[in-house]
Amino acid sequence: MAMQILFDGVTADYQLGPIRSPRVLKSINLEVKPGSFTAIIGHTGSGKSSLLKAMNGLLIPSEGYVEVGNTIIKSSNNKRALKTVRKQVGMVFQFPESQLFGETVEQDICFGPLNFGVPLSQAKEIAKEVVQQVGLDPTILSKSPFSLSGGQKRRVAIAGILAMNPKVLVLDEPGAGLDPVGKKEILNLISSWHHERGLTTLLVTHDMDDVATYAENVIVMENGRIVMHDDKRSVFSNEQQLINWHVDVPDARRFQLKIEQEMGIKFGQVCLTTEELTEALIEVGLV
Amino acid sequence: MGKPILEVEELTFKYDKRLEEETLSAVSFTVNKGEWLAIIGDNGSGKSTLAKLLVGLLEPQKGRICIAGTELTDDSKWEVRRHIGLVFQNPDNQFIGTTVQDDVAFGLENVNMSYEEMVPRVNEALRMVEMSAFCEHDPSRLSGGQKQRVAIAGILALKPSIIVLDESLVMLDPKSRRELLSTLNQLKHKESLTIISITHDMNEAAVSDRIMMMKSGRVLKSGPPAQIFIEEQQLEPPFVERLKRELENKGKEVPKAYTTEEEMVKWLCKSCLMV
Repeated sequence: MAMQILFDGVTADYQLGPIRSPRVLKSINLEVKPGSFTAIIGHTGSGKSSLLKAMNGLLIPSEGYVEVGNTIIKSSNNKRALKTVRKQVGMVFQFPESQLFGETVEQDICFGPLNFGVPLSQAKEIAKEVVQQVGLDPTILSKSPFSLSGGQKRRVAIAGILAMNPKVLVLDEPGAGLDPVGKKEILNLISSWHHERGLTTLLVTHDMDDVATYAENVIVMENGRIVMHDDKRSVFSNEQQLINWHVDVPDARRFQLKIEQEMGIKFGQVCLTTEELTEALIEVGLV
Repeated sequence: MGKPILEVEELTFKYDKRLEEETLSAVSFTVNKGEWLAIIGDNGSGKSTLAKLLVGLLEPQKGRICIAGTELTDDSKWEVRRHIGLVFQNPDNQFIGTTVQDDVAFGLENVNMSYEEMVPRVNEALRMVEMSAFCEHDPSRLSGGQKQRVAIAGILALKPSIIVLDESLVMLDPKSRRELLSTLNQLKHKESLTIISITHDMNEAAVSDRIMMMKSGRVLKSGPPAQIFIEEQQLEPPFVERLKRELENKGKEVPKAYTTEEEMVKWLCKSCLMV
Protein backbone atom coordinates (compact mmCIF):
# COMPACT_ATOMS: atom_id res chain seq x y z
CA MET A 1 0.00 0.00 0.00
CA ALA A 2 1.31 3.39 -0.94
CA MET A 3 1.63 5.83 1.91
CA GLN A 4 0.22 9.23 2.56
CA ILE A 5 2.28 12.00 4.10
CA LEU A 6 0.62 14.74 6.09
CA PHE A 7 2.08 17.92 7.61
CA ASP A 8 -0.05 19.82 10.11
CA GLY A 9 1.24 23.26 11.14
CA VAL A 10 4.87 22.12 11.08
CA THR A 11 7.46 24.61 12.26
CA ALA A 12 11.05 23.48 12.67
CA ASP A 13 14.61 24.68 13.09
CA TYR A 14 18.02 23.12 13.60
CA GLN A 15 18.39 23.22 17.33
CA LEU A 16 21.87 22.66 18.63
CA GLY A 17 22.18 22.90 22.39
CA PRO A 18 21.14 26.37 23.48
CA ILE A 19 21.66 27.85 20.00
CA ARG A 20 18.60 28.00 17.80
CA SER A 21 18.96 28.74 14.14
CA PRO A 22 16.30 30.75 12.30
CA ARG A 23 13.23 28.69 11.57
CA VAL A 24 13.74 26.71 8.38
CA LEU A 25 10.15 25.49 8.11
CA LYS A 26 7.31 27.84 8.97
CA SER A 27 3.80 26.50 9.75
CA ILE A 28 3.67 24.03 6.91
CA ASN A 29 0.46 22.28 6.01
CA LEU A 30 0.83 19.65 3.34
CA GLU A 31 -0.91 16.56 2.07
CA VAL A 32 1.03 14.28 -0.25
CA LYS A 33 -1.29 11.74 -1.86
CA PRO A 34 -0.29 8.07 -1.64
CA GLY A 35 1.42 6.88 -4.83
CA SER A 36 2.07 10.38 -6.18
CA PHE A 37 5.34 11.64 -7.68
CA THR A 38 6.03 15.16 -6.43
CA ALA A 39 8.89 17.50 -7.31
CA ILE A 40 10.00 20.12 -4.78
CA ILE A 41 11.49 23.28 -6.28
CA GLY A 42 12.59 26.67 -5.01
CA HIS A 43 15.48 29.07 -4.52
CA THR A 44 18.60 27.88 -2.65
CA GLY A 45 17.92 28.04 1.08
CA SER A 46 14.14 28.01 0.71
CA GLY A 47 13.77 24.89 2.88
CA LYS A 48 13.54 22.07 0.34
CA SER A 49 16.07 19.76 1.98
CA SER A 50 14.59 20.53 5.42
CA LEU A 51 11.14 19.54 4.21
CA LEU A 52 12.53 16.16 3.15
CA LYS A 53 14.34 15.68 6.46
CA ALA A 54 11.10 16.33 8.33
CA MET A 55 9.58 13.38 6.46
CA ASN A 56 11.94 10.85 7.92
CA GLY A 57 12.43 12.23 11.37
CA LEU A 58 15.86 13.77 10.86
CA LEU A 59 14.30 17.13 11.58
CA ILE A 60 11.69 17.04 14.35
CA PRO A 61 8.94 19.66 14.33
CA SER A 62 9.07 22.13 17.22
CA GLU A 63 5.38 22.82 16.59
CA GLY A 64 2.79 20.73 14.72
CA TYR A 65 3.26 17.16 13.55
CA VAL A 66 4.14 15.04 10.52
CA GLU A 67 2.19 11.88 9.78
CA VAL A 68 3.74 9.20 7.57
CA GLY A 69 1.30 6.35 7.00
CA ASN A 70 0.12 5.62 10.55
CA THR A 71 3.15 6.98 12.36
CA ILE A 72 3.22 10.43 13.87
CA ILE A 73 6.42 12.49 14.23
CA LYS A 74 6.23 15.30 16.78
CA SER A 75 8.50 16.88 19.37
CA SER A 76 7.06 14.98 22.36
CA ASN A 77 7.54 11.57 20.69
CA ASN A 78 9.81 8.88 21.95
CA LYS A 79 12.81 8.83 19.59
CA ARG A 80 12.35 5.08 19.17
CA ALA A 81 9.12 5.59 17.27
CA LEU A 82 11.24 7.13 14.55
CA LYS A 83 12.61 3.74 13.61
CA THR A 84 9.28 2.76 12.04
CA VAL A 85 9.32 5.91 9.95
CA ARG A 86 12.90 5.46 8.83
CA LYS A 87 12.18 1.92 7.72
CA GLN A 88 9.38 3.15 5.52
CA VAL A 89 10.94 6.35 4.24
CA GLY A 90 14.11 5.83 2.23
CA MET A 91 16.11 9.01 1.94
CA VAL A 92 18.83 9.79 -0.58
CA PHE A 93 20.83 12.83 0.54
CA GLN A 94 22.48 15.59 -1.43
CA PHE A 95 25.80 14.02 -2.33
CA PRO A 96 24.63 10.52 -1.38
CA GLU A 97 28.21 9.32 -1.73
CA SER A 98 28.77 10.88 1.70
CA GLN A 99 26.38 8.23 3.08
CA LEU A 100 28.86 5.51 2.16
CA PHE A 101 30.98 4.03 4.94
CA GLY A 102 31.33 0.25 4.46
CA GLU A 103 34.57 -1.57 3.75
CA THR A 104 32.99 -3.14 0.71
CA VAL A 105 30.08 -2.15 -1.47
CA GLU A 106 28.25 -5.29 -0.31
CA GLN A 107 28.62 -4.36 3.38
CA ASP A 108 27.41 -0.89 2.64
CA ILE A 109 24.28 -1.99 0.82
CA CYS A 110 23.51 -4.72 3.41
CA PHE A 111 23.71 -2.28 6.32
CA GLY A 112 20.13 -0.99 5.99
CA PRO A 113 18.37 -4.34 5.61
CA LEU A 114 20.47 -5.91 8.44
CA ASN A 115 19.53 -3.05 10.74
CA PHE A 116 15.90 -3.73 10.13
CA GLY A 117 16.26 -7.44 10.91
CA VAL A 118 16.83 -9.09 7.54
CA PRO A 119 19.09 -12.20 7.84
CA LEU A 120 22.59 -11.83 6.36
CA SER A 121 22.18 -14.36 3.55
CA GLN A 122 19.02 -12.69 2.38
CA ALA A 123 20.57 -9.22 2.66
CA LYS A 124 23.40 -10.38 0.39
CA GLU A 125 20.85 -11.63 -2.14
CA ILE A 126 19.15 -8.25 -2.05
CA ALA A 127 22.48 -6.46 -2.49
CA LYS A 128 23.25 -8.49 -5.60
CA GLU A 129 19.83 -7.70 -7.04
CA VAL A 130 19.78 -3.94 -6.38
CA VAL A 131 23.35 -3.38 -7.51
CA GLN A 132 22.35 -4.66 -10.94
CA GLN A 133 19.19 -2.61 -10.92
CA VAL A 134 21.21 0.59 -10.55
CA GLY A 135 23.26 -0.46 -13.56
CA LEU A 136 26.43 -1.72 -11.88
CA ASP A 137 28.24 -5.00 -12.38
CA PRO A 138 27.93 -7.46 -9.43
CA THR A 139 31.75 -7.75 -9.31
CA ILE A 140 31.72 -4.28 -7.75
CA LEU A 141 30.28 -5.77 -4.53
CA SER A 142 33.70 -6.82 -3.26
CA LYS A 143 35.33 -3.44 -3.96
CA SER A 144 35.73 -0.58 -1.52
CA PRO A 145 33.08 2.08 -2.16
CA PHE A 146 35.76 4.76 -1.86
CA SER A 147 37.68 3.47 -4.88
CA LEU A 148 34.72 4.17 -7.18
CA SER A 149 34.09 7.22 -9.37
CA GLY A 150 31.53 9.84 -8.36
CA GLY A 151 28.79 8.40 -10.55
CA GLN A 152 29.39 4.87 -9.32
CA LYS A 153 29.32 5.96 -5.67
CA ARG A 154 26.03 7.68 -6.32
CA ARG A 155 24.57 4.47 -7.69
CA VAL A 156 25.82 2.43 -4.75
CA ALA A 157 24.28 4.90 -2.30
CA ILE A 158 20.94 4.73 -4.09
CA ALA A 159 21.18 0.92 -4.19
CA GLY A 160 21.61 0.98 -0.40
CA ILE A 161 18.30 2.81 -0.05
CA LEU A 162 16.46 0.62 -2.53
CA ALA A 163 17.67 -2.46 -0.62
CA MET A 164 15.57 -1.34 2.36
CA ASN A 165 12.49 -1.62 0.19
CA PRO A 166 10.97 1.66 1.39
CA LYS A 167 7.36 2.68 0.85
CA VAL A 168 8.25 6.32 0.50
CA LEU A 169 11.27 7.53 -1.44
CA VAL A 170 12.61 11.02 -0.78
CA LEU A 171 15.50 12.18 -2.95
CA ASP A 172 17.55 15.34 -2.60
CA GLU A 173 18.96 16.17 -6.03
CA PRO A 174 19.93 12.61 -6.93
CA GLY A 175 21.17 13.67 -10.37
CA ALA A 176 23.49 16.55 -9.37
CA GLY A 177 27.01 15.94 -10.63
CA LEU A 178 26.15 12.98 -12.85
CA ASP A 179 26.73 13.03 -16.59
CA PRO A 180 23.52 13.50 -18.62
CA VAL A 181 23.30 9.84 -19.59
CA GLY A 182 23.95 8.63 -16.04
CA LYS A 183 21.46 11.11 -14.66
CA LYS A 184 18.77 9.98 -17.06
CA GLU A 185 19.43 6.34 -16.12
CA ILE A 186 19.15 7.07 -12.40
CA LEU A 187 15.94 9.05 -12.81
CA ASN A 188 14.41 6.47 -15.14
CA LEU A 189 15.26 3.83 -12.57
CA ILE A 190 13.61 5.83 -9.79
CA SER A 191 10.61 6.45 -11.99
CA SER A 192 10.14 2.77 -12.78
CA TRP A 193 10.54 1.82 -9.09
CA HIS A 194 7.93 4.41 -8.29
CA HIS A 195 5.43 2.91 -10.71
CA GLU A 196 6.16 -0.80 -10.20
CA ARG A 197 6.20 -0.69 -6.41
CA GLY A 198 3.51 1.93 -5.94
CA LEU A 199 5.83 4.21 -3.98
CA THR A 200 5.13 7.73 -2.82
CA THR A 201 8.08 9.68 -4.24
CA LEU A 202 9.35 13.18 -3.51
CA LEU A 203 12.22 14.66 -5.47
CA VAL A 204 14.11 17.88 -4.83
CA THR A 205 15.60 19.18 -8.05
CA HIS A 206 16.76 22.34 -9.78
CA ASP A 207 16.32 20.85 -13.21
CA MET A 208 12.91 21.94 -14.46
CA ASP A 209 13.14 19.52 -17.36
CA ASP A 210 13.30 16.67 -14.87
CA VAL A 211 10.22 18.08 -13.19
CA ALA A 212 8.48 18.17 -16.57
CA THR A 213 9.53 14.61 -17.44
CA TYR A 214 9.09 12.70 -14.20
CA ALA A 215 6.84 14.48 -11.70
CA GLU A 216 3.05 14.73 -11.55
CA ASN A 217 2.80 17.42 -8.91
CA VAL A 218 5.03 20.31 -7.91
CA ILE A 219 5.65 21.95 -4.54
CA VAL A 220 7.18 25.42 -4.75
CA MET A 221 9.01 26.56 -1.60
CA GLU A 222 10.01 30.08 -0.69
CA ASN A 223 11.55 31.21 2.59
CA GLY A 224 10.51 28.16 4.63
CA ARG A 225 6.94 28.08 3.36
CA ILE A 226 5.06 26.17 0.70
CA VAL A 227 3.78 28.81 -1.68
CA MET A 228 2.26 26.49 -4.27
CA HIS A 229 1.31 22.82 -4.51
CA ASP A 230 -0.46 21.82 -7.68
CA ASP A 231 -0.15 19.63 -10.75
CA LYS A 232 2.86 20.56 -12.86
CA ARG A 233 1.03 22.09 -15.80
CA SER A 234 -0.86 24.55 -13.60
CA VAL A 235 2.34 25.49 -11.78
CA PHE A 236 4.28 26.23 -14.96
CA SER A 237 1.41 28.12 -16.61
CA ASN A 238 1.80 30.79 -13.94
CA GLU A 239 5.10 32.25 -15.14
CA GLN A 240 4.69 35.70 -13.52
CA GLN A 241 4.31 34.18 -10.04
CA LEU A 242 7.25 31.85 -10.65
CA ILE A 243 9.56 34.79 -11.35
CA ASN A 244 8.70 36.24 -7.93
CA TRP A 245 9.62 32.94 -6.32
CA HIS A 246 12.94 32.76 -8.23
CA VAL A 247 11.80 29.61 -10.00
CA ASP A 248 12.50 28.77 -13.63
CA VAL A 249 10.24 27.11 -16.17
CA PRO A 250 11.31 24.12 -18.32
CA ASP A 251 13.29 24.95 -21.47
CA ALA A 252 10.36 24.11 -23.73
CA ARG A 253 7.99 26.38 -21.82
CA ARG A 254 10.53 29.22 -21.81
CA PHE A 255 10.95 28.89 -25.58
CA GLN A 256 7.19 28.77 -26.04
CA LEU A 257 6.82 32.04 -24.11
CA LYS A 258 9.47 33.70 -26.33
CA ILE A 259 7.69 32.64 -29.51
CA GLU A 260 4.31 33.68 -28.14
CA GLN A 261 5.68 37.09 -27.29
CA GLU A 262 7.44 37.55 -30.64
CA MET A 263 4.40 36.48 -32.66
CA GLY A 264 1.73 37.93 -30.41
CA ILE A 265 -0.14 34.61 -30.29
CA LYS A 266 -1.01 32.03 -27.63
CA PHE A 267 -0.56 28.29 -28.10
CA GLY A 268 -3.42 25.98 -27.18
CA GLN A 269 -1.56 24.37 -24.28
CA VAL A 270 1.32 24.80 -21.85
CA CYS A 271 4.25 22.86 -23.39
CA LEU A 272 6.60 21.24 -20.87
CA THR A 273 8.73 18.94 -23.01
CA THR A 274 10.50 19.22 -26.37
CA GLU A 275 8.02 16.70 -27.79
CA GLU A 276 5.00 18.77 -26.74
CA LEU A 277 6.59 21.92 -28.09
CA THR A 278 7.32 20.24 -31.44
CA GLU A 279 3.69 19.17 -31.76
CA ALA A 280 2.48 22.65 -30.84
CA LEU A 281 4.81 24.36 -33.33
CA ILE A 282 3.53 22.11 -36.09
CA GLU A 283 -0.06 22.65 -35.02
CA VAL A 284 0.12 26.45 -35.20
CA GLY A 285 1.94 26.13 -38.54
CA LEU A 286 5.27 27.73 -37.60
CA VAL A 287 7.22 24.97 -39.34
CA MET B 1 42.31 36.16 -27.17
CA GLY B 2 45.58 36.47 -25.27
CA LYS B 3 48.61 34.18 -25.04
CA PRO B 4 48.58 30.77 -23.35
CA ILE B 5 48.33 31.01 -19.57
CA LEU B 6 48.03 27.28 -19.03
CA GLU B 7 50.00 24.67 -20.93
CA VAL B 8 49.53 20.96 -20.29
CA GLU B 9 51.80 18.49 -22.02
CA GLU B 10 51.48 14.71 -22.17
CA LEU B 11 49.97 14.48 -18.70
CA THR B 12 49.72 10.88 -17.48
CA PHE B 13 48.38 9.78 -14.13
CA LYS B 14 47.09 6.71 -12.32
CA TYR B 15 45.96 6.39 -8.72
CA ASP B 16 47.13 2.83 -8.25
CA LYS B 17 50.55 2.16 -9.72
CA ARG B 18 49.93 -1.60 -9.69
CA LEU B 19 47.16 -1.23 -12.24
CA GLU B 20 47.57 -1.08 -16.01
CA GLU B 21 44.70 1.29 -16.49
CA GLU B 22 45.61 4.97 -16.50
CA THR B 23 43.19 7.58 -15.17
CA LEU B 24 44.73 10.11 -17.52
CA SER B 25 46.86 9.19 -20.50
CA ALA B 26 48.91 11.73 -22.42
CA VAL B 27 46.56 14.66 -22.01
CA SER B 28 47.79 17.80 -23.78
CA PHE B 29 46.05 21.14 -24.18
CA THR B 30 46.58 24.87 -23.76
CA VAL B 31 44.25 27.56 -22.46
CA ASN B 32 44.67 31.22 -23.40
CA LYS B 33 44.43 34.12 -21.01
CA GLY B 34 40.82 35.25 -20.74
CA GLU B 35 39.47 32.10 -22.36
CA TRP B 36 36.54 30.07 -21.03
CA LEU B 37 37.15 26.36 -21.50
CA ALA B 38 34.40 23.88 -20.68
CA ILE B 39 35.49 20.31 -20.02
CA ILE B 40 32.83 17.69 -20.55
CA GLY B 41 32.83 13.90 -20.44
CA ASP B 42 31.18 10.96 -18.69
CA ASN B 43 31.66 10.20 -15.01
CA GLY B 44 35.00 8.50 -14.56
CA SER B 45 36.56 10.08 -17.66
CA GLY B 46 39.24 11.81 -15.56
CA LYS B 47 37.90 15.37 -15.38
CA SER B 48 38.18 15.82 -11.61
CA THR B 49 41.57 14.09 -11.56
CA LEU B 50 42.75 16.60 -14.15
CA ALA B 51 41.46 19.47 -11.99
CA LYS B 52 43.39 18.20 -8.97
CA LEU B 53 46.56 17.82 -11.03
CA LEU B 54 46.22 21.39 -12.31
CA VAL B 55 46.46 22.83 -8.80
CA GLY B 56 49.13 20.39 -7.65
CA LEU B 57 46.96 18.33 -5.29
CA LEU B 58 48.10 15.24 -7.17
CA GLU B 59 51.42 14.63 -8.84
CA PRO B 60 51.52 13.31 -12.40
CA GLN B 61 53.60 10.27 -13.30
CA LYS B 62 54.56 11.86 -16.59
CA GLY B 63 54.13 15.16 -18.36
CA ARG B 64 54.26 18.79 -17.29
CA ILE B 65 51.93 21.64 -16.40
CA CYS B 66 52.93 25.27 -16.95
CA ILE B 67 50.90 28.04 -15.36
CA ALA B 68 51.64 31.67 -16.27
CA GLY B 69 55.07 30.63 -17.45
CA THR B 70 56.04 28.68 -14.32
CA GLU B 71 56.27 24.92 -14.34
CA LEU B 72 54.24 23.30 -11.58
CA THR B 73 56.54 21.31 -9.30
CA ASP B 74 56.58 20.40 -5.62
CA ASP B 75 58.72 23.49 -4.97
CA SER B 76 56.80 25.93 -7.14
CA LYS B 77 53.27 24.81 -6.24
CA TRP B 78 52.78 27.39 -3.49
CA GLU B 79 53.71 30.18 -5.86
CA VAL B 80 51.66 28.73 -8.72
CA ARG B 81 48.55 28.44 -6.53
CA ARG B 82 48.40 32.22 -6.35
CA HIS B 83 47.46 32.10 -10.01
CA ILE B 84 45.02 29.21 -10.05
CA GLY B 85 42.09 28.42 -7.76
CA LEU B 86 39.96 25.27 -7.64
CA VAL B 87 36.38 25.10 -6.42
CA PHE B 88 35.44 21.54 -5.51
CA GLN B 89 32.28 19.73 -6.45
CA ASN B 90 31.22 19.28 -2.84
CA PRO B 91 31.71 22.56 -0.94
CA ASP B 92 31.82 20.73 2.41
CA ASN B 93 35.27 19.58 1.36
CA GLN B 94 36.72 23.06 1.59
CA PHE B 95 35.16 24.84 4.55
CA ILE B 96 37.55 25.92 7.27
CA GLY B 97 36.13 29.00 8.99
CA THR B 98 33.41 29.21 11.62
CA THR B 99 31.69 32.10 9.88
CA VAL B 100 31.20 32.71 6.19
CA GLN B 101 33.49 35.77 6.20
CA ASP B 102 36.25 33.94 8.10
CA ASP B 103 36.08 31.17 5.60
CA VAL B 104 36.42 33.52 2.63
CA ALA B 105 39.30 35.30 4.43
CA PHE B 106 41.19 32.06 5.08
CA GLY B 107 42.88 31.97 1.68
CA LEU B 108 43.91 35.62 2.04
CA GLU B 109 45.42 35.04 5.49
CA ASN B 110 47.50 32.30 3.94
CA VAL B 111 49.10 34.76 1.54
CA ASN B 112 49.85 37.20 4.40
CA MET B 113 47.48 39.89 3.28
CA SER B 114 47.04 42.87 5.62
CA TYR B 115 43.72 43.22 7.46
CA GLU B 116 42.94 46.54 5.76
CA GLU B 117 43.28 44.99 2.35
CA MET B 118 41.49 41.81 3.33
CA VAL B 119 38.20 43.32 4.47
CA PRO B 120 37.19 44.92 1.15
CA ARG B 121 38.32 41.81 -0.73
CA VAL B 122 36.10 39.56 1.38
CA ASN B 123 33.16 41.92 1.14
CA GLU B 124 33.50 42.24 -2.61
CA ALA B 125 33.74 38.48 -3.12
CA LEU B 126 30.64 37.89 -1.00
CA ARG B 127 28.78 40.58 -2.89
CA MET B 128 29.64 38.95 -6.23
CA VAL B 129 28.03 35.68 -5.13
CA GLU B 130 25.19 37.52 -3.36
CA MET B 131 26.00 36.15 0.08
CA SER B 132 26.77 39.43 1.88
CA ALA B 133 23.72 39.00 4.11
CA PHE B 134 25.15 35.72 5.42
CA CYS B 135 28.65 36.91 6.38
CA GLU B 136 28.18 36.08 10.09
CA HIS B 137 26.57 32.68 9.49
CA ASP B 138 28.11 29.28 10.11
CA PRO B 139 29.03 27.91 6.65
CA SER B 140 28.32 24.30 7.63
CA ARG B 141 24.69 25.16 8.32
CA LEU B 142 23.90 26.84 5.02
CA SER B 143 21.93 25.14 2.29
CA GLY B 144 23.72 23.26 -0.50
CA GLY B 145 23.49 26.11 -2.99
CA GLN B 146 24.55 28.74 -0.46
CA LYS B 147 27.60 26.66 0.45
CA GLN B 148 28.61 26.50 -3.19
CA ARG B 149 28.41 30.29 -3.43
CA VAL B 150 30.63 30.73 -0.36
CA ALA B 151 33.14 28.24 -1.76
CA ILE B 152 33.30 30.25 -4.98
CA ALA B 153 33.67 33.52 -3.04
CA GLY B 154 36.65 32.02 -1.20
CA ILE B 155 38.42 31.57 -4.51
CA LEU B 156 37.28 34.85 -6.08
CA ALA B 157 38.66 36.79 -3.07
CA LEU B 158 42.12 35.51 -4.00
CA LYS B 159 41.72 37.07 -7.46
CA PRO B 160 43.35 34.19 -9.30
CA SER B 161 44.18 34.42 -13.01
CA ILE B 162 42.56 31.03 -13.55
CA ILE B 163 39.52 29.64 -11.76
CA VAL B 164 38.76 25.93 -12.07
CA LEU B 165 35.15 25.00 -11.33
CA ASP B 166 34.64 21.27 -10.80
CA GLU B 167 30.88 20.96 -11.10
CA SER B 168 30.72 23.80 -8.65
CA LEU B 169 27.30 25.08 -9.63
CA VAL B 170 25.24 21.89 -9.45
CA MET B 171 23.42 22.72 -6.22
CA LEU B 172 22.32 26.13 -7.40
CA ASP B 173 18.87 26.84 -8.70
CA PRO B 174 18.86 27.66 -12.43
CA LYS B 175 18.43 31.39 -11.90
CA SER B 176 21.32 31.68 -9.43
CA ARG B 177 23.41 29.57 -11.77
CA ARG B 178 22.80 31.95 -14.66
CA GLU B 179 23.56 34.95 -12.46
CA LEU B 180 26.80 33.47 -11.21
CA LEU B 181 27.85 32.49 -14.72
CA SER B 182 27.21 36.03 -15.90
CA THR B 183 29.25 37.42 -12.96
CA LEU B 184 32.12 35.15 -13.99
CA ASN B 185 31.71 36.22 -17.60
CA GLN B 186 32.02 39.88 -16.55
CA LEU B 187 35.24 39.09 -14.67
CA LYS B 188 36.49 37.31 -17.76
CA HIS B 189 35.92 40.40 -19.89
CA LYS B 190 36.96 43.03 -17.36
CA GLU B 191 39.92 41.33 -15.72
CA SER B 192 40.77 38.64 -18.27
CA LEU B 193 39.88 35.90 -15.80
CA THR B 194 40.51 32.49 -17.34
CA ILE B 195 37.73 30.02 -16.57
CA ILE B 196 37.95 26.25 -16.75
CA SER B 197 34.58 24.76 -15.97
CA ILE B 198 34.04 21.04 -15.62
CA THR B 199 30.37 20.48 -16.23
CA HIS B 200 27.59 18.15 -17.28
CA ASP B 201 25.26 21.02 -18.00
CA MET B 202 25.30 21.45 -21.78
CA ASN B 203 23.61 24.84 -21.52
CA GLU B 204 26.58 25.92 -19.38
CA ALA B 205 29.06 24.39 -21.83
CA ALA B 206 27.29 26.14 -24.72
CA VAL B 207 28.22 29.60 -23.41
CA SER B 208 31.95 28.79 -23.18
CA ASP B 209 34.54 29.76 -25.80
CA ARG B 210 35.73 26.22 -26.33
CA ILE B 211 34.63 22.75 -25.28
CA MET B 212 37.07 19.95 -24.55
CA MET B 213 35.56 16.47 -24.57
CA MET B 214 37.19 13.78 -22.45
CA LYS B 215 36.72 10.04 -22.59
CA SER B 216 38.51 7.33 -20.58
CA GLY B 217 41.34 9.66 -19.59
CA ARG B 218 41.99 11.07 -23.04
CA VAL B 219 41.07 14.25 -24.83
CA LEU B 220 38.63 13.17 -27.52
CA LYS B 221 38.38 16.53 -29.25
CA SER B 222 38.09 20.21 -28.59
CA GLY B 223 36.49 23.07 -30.47
CA PRO B 224 33.92 25.85 -30.27
CA PRO B 225 30.49 24.77 -28.93
CA ALA B 226 28.86 25.22 -32.34
CA GLN B 227 31.25 22.70 -33.90
CA ILE B 228 31.12 20.18 -31.04
CA PHE B 229 27.33 20.05 -30.84
CA ILE B 230 26.96 19.61 -34.61
CA GLU B 231 29.68 16.95 -34.88
CA GLU B 232 28.85 14.96 -31.75
CA GLN B 233 25.27 13.90 -32.26
CA GLN B 234 25.35 11.46 -29.34
CA LEU B 235 25.99 14.31 -26.87
CA GLU B 236 23.03 15.54 -24.92
CA PRO B 237 22.79 18.85 -26.83
CA PRO B 238 21.53 22.25 -25.61
CA PHE B 239 17.78 22.72 -25.78
CA VAL B 240 17.55 24.35 -29.23
CA GLU B 241 19.53 21.55 -30.88
CA ARG B 242 17.22 19.02 -29.21
CA LEU B 243 14.20 20.89 -30.58
CA LYS B 244 15.70 20.95 -34.08
CA ARG B 245 16.32 17.21 -34.03
CA GLU B 246 12.78 16.57 -32.85
CA LEU B 247 11.39 18.73 -35.67
CA GLU B 248 13.63 16.97 -38.18
CA ASN B 249 12.28 13.61 -37.01
CA LYS B 250 8.81 14.86 -37.89
CA GLY B 251 10.06 15.58 -41.41
CA LYS B 252 10.36 19.36 -40.99
CA GLU B 253 13.04 21.65 -42.44
CA VAL B 254 15.37 23.20 -39.85
CA PRO B 255 18.47 25.42 -40.12
CA LYS B 256 21.53 23.27 -40.85
CA ALA B 257 24.04 25.37 -38.92
CA TYR B 258 24.28 25.61 -35.13
CA THR B 259 21.63 28.00 -33.85
CA THR B 260 21.35 29.96 -30.62
CA GLU B 261 17.98 30.33 -28.95
CA GLU B 262 17.43 33.88 -30.24
CA GLU B 263 18.31 32.83 -33.77
CA MET B 264 15.86 29.94 -33.58
CA VAL B 265 13.02 32.18 -32.37
CA LYS B 266 13.74 34.58 -35.26
CA TRP B 267 13.92 31.72 -37.74
CA LEU B 268 10.62 30.25 -36.64
CA CYS B 269 8.86 33.59 -36.73
CA LYS B 270 10.33 34.50 -40.11
CA SER B 271 9.39 31.19 -41.71
CA CYS B 272 5.84 31.88 -40.64
CA LEU B 273 5.77 35.36 -42.17
CA MET B 274 6.93 34.00 -45.52
CA VAL B 275 3.98 31.60 -45.79
